[in-house]
Amino acid sequence: MSATLEALSHNLNKHLGDRVKSLKVALGEVTIEVDATDYLSAMQTLHDEPELGFEELIDLCGVDYSTCAEPPLTGRRFAAVSHLLSIARNWRLRVRCFAPDDDFPSLPSITGVWNSVNWFEREAFDLFGIVFPGHDDLRRILTDYGFVGHPFRKDFPISGYVEMRYDPEQQRVIYQPVTIEPREITPRIVREATYGDV
Amino acid sequence: MPELRNFTLNFGPQHPAAHGVLRMVLELDGEVVMRADPHIGLLHRATEKLAENKTWIQSLPYMDRLDYVSMMCNEHAYCLAIEKLLQIEVPIRAQYIRVMFDEITRILNHLLWVGCHGLDVGAMTMVLYAFREREDLVDAYEAVSGARMHAAYYRPGGVYRDLPDRLPQYQESKWKSAAQIKPFNEARSGTLLDFLDDFVNRFPKLLDEYETLLTDNRIWKQRLVDVGIVSPERALQRGFSGPMLRGSGIAWDLRKKQPYEVYDRLDFDIPVGVTGDSYDRYLVRMEEMRQSNRILRQCVDWLQKHPGPVMSADHKVAPPDREAMKSNMEELIHHFKLCTEGIHVPAGEAYSAVEHPKGEFGIYLISDGANKPYRLKIRAPGYVHLSAMDEMVRGHMLADVVTIIGSQDVVFGEIDR
Repeated sequence: MSATLEALSHNLNKHLGDRVKSLKVALGEVTIEVDATDYLSAMQTLHDEPELGFEELIDLCGVDYSTCAEPPLTGRRFAAVSHLLSIARNWRLRVRCFAPDDDFPSLPSITGVWNSVNWFEREAFDLFGIVFPGHDDLRRILTDYGFVGHPFRKDFPISGYVEMRYDPEQQRVIYQPVTIEPREITPRIVREATYGDV
Repeated sequence: MPELRNFTLNFGPQHPAAHGVLRMVLELDGEVVMRADPHIGLLHRATEKLAENKTWIQSLPYMDRLDYVSMMCNEHAYCLAIEKLLQIEVPIRAQYIRVMFDEITRILNHLLWVGCHGLDVGAMTMVLYAFREREDLVDAYEAVSGARMHAAYYRPGGVYRDLPDRLPQYQESKWKSAAQIKPFNEARSGTLLDFLDDFVNRFPKLLDEYETLLTDNRIWKQRLVDVGIVSPERALQRGFSGPMLRGSGIAWDLRKKQPYEVYDRLDFDIPVGVTGDSYDRYLVRMEEMRQSNRILRQCVDWLQKHPGPVMSADHKVAPPDREAMKSNMEELIHHFKLCTEGIHVPAGEAYSAVEHPKGEFGIYLISDGANKPYRLKIRAPGYVHLSAMDEMVRGHMLADVVTIIGSQDVVFGEIDR
């Protein structure tokens, strides 16, 4: 582990204490996991504490772990993963927070900490159905007006449920059930650990 | 006295200055913008979801279609993320080729930007000049990949093939005689590197021409100076990156601060703005083109002297060459497995970012060990910049909205994904 990552891990443990549920260093990147109850306060500390100095939130995305071949240890389905960047200290951090309830995933909004997260939270809501209480404008962002469902969930089919076409008889655009059938050309394969051993 | 109400205006999605399919609901008080609400997603193709259902290689061409004016930079971030998960080394020549094409892409992007920004703001000529030089650079794209836009040239493990020794030539036709064609073909008679060498010698002078047209132009300055000022604190809070952040006076460039490929061996400077207005962002981008030209020159020099492999020799990742495949059982199996099942990437997660012409373009990958990504997240710089639109246009006049859209350099392929 390089000196920078070591210093970052040390500072994280020092300032977040037991709010860090796990800390992992892999491929030159540091990942921490926090509980939903500590999420907001941990993010506030990451932003405010000069020894951590994460001025910028680069990205926040939802993840649906329901069909993962290597399921997370928490056993929860939805998580919000954020990538933070410190310009002053030139280091990055990944923060993962699992939503406690699989049927109604909800995490506190961090728009007050970084304003840039606004659209990312809207996107995670739109595509995964994760709700962010405290967000003042949680509308759909990428999908169509009046769209039903959360398309990036693993149980949402890739071809969707409805398609749109112009109906010459009614002289307007209508929605109808999809007429295309999804086909998989290359199946998804996870090889067993001993594959290829003689 | 009659009651005065704010006027709500629909800007786009079919508007030439909306740079694609941006729909903006503007609330106006007279001609002053009180609130802007961008509606995006009209070009949403669910690239990330599609990638979950394709093998790692099959979703590479989708990357070109994200930001469709800086194609190869998108591919670069995607390849870097896969290479990080696979922990493979890329041959040094391939790294130089990638850096060279990243900089070509940056010039391509900025030329298109300055042309369109000019059109939006009322400088008609700029786009004609910019497209003249873009032509040479898309020819370079075509020479290496066969496609002028959607190249699919970078691959995990290197680049698809080495630089070509010949370039296509202009042909005589009934409109142009052989004598008329000759000057066009002069720079194209050698290798691609000779052609680019000729370009880097010509380009600084052409940049001076553009600057003569715009930099001190009174109308240009009236439209840009003090429009859309972003303070450094707000720029950080809003997650800005690239020229938008540098325009606000923060010297942050991933090529310098977190160098990838061979950027740490190259000599270049980072331009930084002072006031953080649209004019500063214009100056930053113009200077970036000069710096890109410098990098381009260094890459061309290096590549002319150092031949070598351009693709990783690890045949679990990169296909073997045809000759070996036809004569060797082992290689045939590798080829078959790669072309049917695709590469297997070890379980784990990785984020890698490149200094894209528009800002920080990042790819976050989660792999569970399959031949397809489990989750792919594209971090598009334009998405973040556009989310600050409301803050930037408040209190400005309606005409300034066009300037600010232009100076954000938004492209809807990457914002809507």
